[in-house]
Amino acid sequence: MKLKISKEALAHIESHARAEYPNECCGFLYGVDADDRVIDRVFEAKNSKEGDKRRRFEISPLDYLKAEQYAIENDIQLLGIYHSHPNHPARPSEHDRLQAVEYFSYIITSVADDKINITTSWRFNEQKQFIEEEINTITTTKV
Amino acid sequence: MAKIIIPTPLRKFTNNEAKLEIAGSNIEEAIINLTKQFPELKTNILDDSGSIRQFVKIYLGDEDINTLDKGHTPINDSSVISIIPAIAGGKE
Repeated sequence: MKLKISKEALAHIESHARAEYPNECCGFLYGVDADDRVIDRVFEAKNSKEGDKRRRFEISPLDYLKAEQYAIENDIQLLGIYHSHPNHPARPSEHDRLQAVEYFSYIITSVADDKINITTSWRFNEQKQFIEEEINTITTTKV
Repeated sequence: MAKIIIPTPLRKFTNNEAKLEIAGSNIEEAIINLTKQFPELKTNILDDSGSIRQFVKIYLGDEDINTLDKGHTPINDSSVISIIPAIAGGKE
């Protein structure tokens, strides 16, 4: 599986990860899911986790509701979620797996101080497992 | 009939329909009718006992039904019900 993402969208995610460090950042991925899954728009979300935001994130139900409404109103698709792993590999944790949703892509950015280590993407399948998606960056003006 | 907004990950079970009109006088009836119409939705919304799953929230407008009268919350033709998956995670 491959995930195409605009350079601007990827840069936005990584900038958000640096800005929120040492806390985890999170947000929504939008685009089109056809032969290829293409992400060309991202929106930051508030990490509403009560407690240690350095190792947990949570998006409030109301923010998720607004994200779905935005997709419907703008005739685009909500295709996934991004979040950061400060000082930690960009691999899904068991905690990520337990609360993951089928169909969504999960982009994870590993960040340390002001440096992005790597950004990966994972698709959660019907067997409740994450399968890594190769990220291909593309050029587009819509972010 | 009330409208139900289906979250993107569950639309594969509703023929890619994002919004549906569903009969019912309260939230519970609407959810039951929805899962009768689209049986594959059932295990994604309800647990074995028929209760809303742990990682799913149901909203009426912008209010969590748990702060209203839960499944007994009355609905009408202008009601908009949303099924919302819990979105959370973290590195450890």
